[in-house]
Amino acid sequence: MFRSLQQVAAAAAVAAFAAAPALAAEITGAGASFPAPIYAKWADGYQKATGNKLNYQSIGSGGGIKQINAKTVDFGASDMPLKVEDLEKGGLMQFPTVIGGVVPVVNLAGIQPGQLKFTGDLLAKIYLGKIVKWNDKEIAALNAGVNLPDQAIAVVRRADGSGTTFIWTNYLSKVSGEWKEKVGMGTAVQWPVGLGGKGNEGVSAFVQRIPGAIGYVEYAYAKQNKLTYAMLRNHDGNFVKPDDTAFKAAAAGAQWEKEKFAVILTDQPGKDAWPVTGATFILMHVKQDKPAAAAEVLKFFAWSYKNGDQMAMDLDYVPLPDSVVSLIEKAWHNIKDGSGKMVYAAAH
Amino acid sequence: MSAQAAAEPTGSPATETGRMAVVPPRKPEKASSAALGDVLFHNLTRAFALIALATLAGIIVSLVWAAWPSLVRYGAAFVWTSEWNPPAERFGALIPIYGTLVTSAIALVIAVPVSFGIALFLTELSPAWLRRPLGTAIELLAAIPSIVYGMWGLLVFAPIFAQSQPFLSATLGRIPLLGALFDGPPIGIGLLCAGIILAIMIIPFIAAVMRDVFEVTPAMLKESAYGVGATTWEVVWNVVLPHTRVGVIGGVMLGLGRALGETMAVTFVIGNTNFLEGVSLFLPGNSITSALANEFGEAAPGIHTAALIELGLILFVITFVVLAFSKLLLLRLAKGEGTQA
Repeated sequence: MFRSLQQVAAAAAVAAFAAAPALAAEITGAGASFPAPIYAKWADGYQKATGNKLNYQSIGSGGGIKQINAKTVDFGASDMPLKVEDLEKGGLMQFPTVIGGVVPVVNLAGIQPGQLKFTGDLLAKIYLGKIVKWNDKEIAALNAGVNLPDQAIAVVRRADGSGTTFIWTNYLSKVSGEWKEKVGMGTAVQWPVGLGGKGNEGVSAFVQRIPGAIGYVEYAYAKQNKLTYAMLRNHDGNFVKPDDTAFKAAAAGAQWEKEKFAVILTDQPGKDAWPVTGATFILMHVKQDKPAAAAEVLKFFAWSYKNGDQMAMDLDYVPLPDSVVSLIEKAWHNIKDGSGKMVYAAAH
Repeated sequence: MSAQAAAEPTGSPATETGRMAVVPPRKPEKASSAALGDVLFHNLTRAFALIALATLAGIIVSLVWAAWPSLVRYGAAFVWTSEWNPPAERFGALIPIYGTLVTSAIALVIAVPVSFGIALFLTELSPAWLRRPLGTAIELLAAIPSIVYGMWGLLVFAPIFAQSQPFLSATLGRIPLLGALFDGPPIGIGLLCAGIILAIMIIPFIAAVMRDVFEVTPAMLKESAYGVGATTWEVVWNVVLPHTRVGVIGGVMLGLGRALGETMAVTFVIGNTNFLEGVSLFLPGNSITSALANEFGEAAPGIHTAALIELGLILFVITFVVLAFSKLLLLRLAKGEGTQA
């Protein structure tokens, strides 16, 4: 019995090896965990449509950058865009795929979602440990008519390195000189105060358990778990609510082309723009050793931009505006094989 | 396992720990094909042993190599610098090292007496029908994945623990000197919480080893002691424990090794903060393993990754020192026995 099973398995394996290259291409990618659910969903749809497979390993942005530099994967993924000089050093190019937002969430008795208002400067002061009570006059000045308790503010932040933290600290650095100087930005920083929760779920567990807590989580997570989010004043001075239109508005005004897509969408101009918005990125080598695999990667993302918007919205990601997608497809023309032939043309 | 161990004759104390004295196999006096098989077997096993050695050397070399930028840039000061600031590229390992050592120490302080009690009860006091189910239940505790302990610690234990912390402050906190350890904000998670969770995790290991070695104490020795009127406590303390101390120390070291290296459970309940405002065990902190687990995936290539790998190297050194220390202890004990005999 056992032996015959083994033989069947061996035969199946041989058949699979023989058949696979002829039937379907398989592309591999690794990196950021934030977009992993949407990549998986796109991959599923893409496989149904074309029979080609995507194998994406959600190992974190840092891991994604290391893997693409080592050329062990066809593409890397990072929540943090690489600087132009780092791209040039590694012979890489990058492009965004989807947009997401980070929202402040609170746990205060009697406060409804969207009732509380913050400015970036105020958030920076809270996260620096300078404002320690909810009834502080700076909070009260912004929130006339809201009953703020005489309660200590319990600051909650991510314990693990994450793209969410990068977007959050990038925003605080842009709006507060003191934050920029004392803490700075990164996937992990030296926090002056606060408790660290692991992952969005860890942060939200602390916020929900500790009365008087404030934390920050991905928008999708806040929405699905009905957390009490707060409004934020954006670059244009309007108080906005976090939702997909606000994230899209932030992406619309960005100068993508000039920066080689190294754009961080925080504190963007626009009357409806949500100020703590970020895109997630794909990294590829400009000069391809394996042009066939690269062409498959580009085909996959071209398909996803065209057919994947609804899937992204179902998962509370925000698809890129069409203008950005056409910029990206133009940038793909720079990816070439060893002989200097354009890879993306081969993909058509 | 224990039954087999008990059935085996116990010659010297060293045999009880499973680290048997090497007895060279008698040469077979059969056909040459058997001899060939012997040679093959000998070489095969030697190859496996060498692979283990080569892996160890490889790990050390690759750790040092990958940590090199950090080793060069921060030097020895890395160990006593308390700042961990990735954006400013200033790294120091003091707080993770402190967290790792303190949580492991708390775990041992709690787990060793409790495990001793469990092993004592199972071997000397428990009614025979209870021994097997109770022993199995304790061994099952060891099979629970550490992430389950972590989530349980965060979601169930920490909230309850937070409520009992004011009581600890009011009682243990009053003790002079030691009191400062139990005086802090009652937030549940922190070094003490991590230490307690670790203790729960290592109790089954230490208790199982202690029980096994207690069981192999020759019945004659114990019966003789009982015969001259010794109480259970006197028998255990004066006969069983001296007879089995090598095994007991081995069990404790096994538990300590697990506590030093534990990652997931600690990450959930230690608080993951890289600053330390006092000596209170209620404060959140960080450990080497949770710093690695939290930051490695998202750390950009460069000095941040190198500093994290240096943390790993330091943990390697700590475990090595602990192991060396326990070996030394065992050697001294063996010497002491030699003079007594």
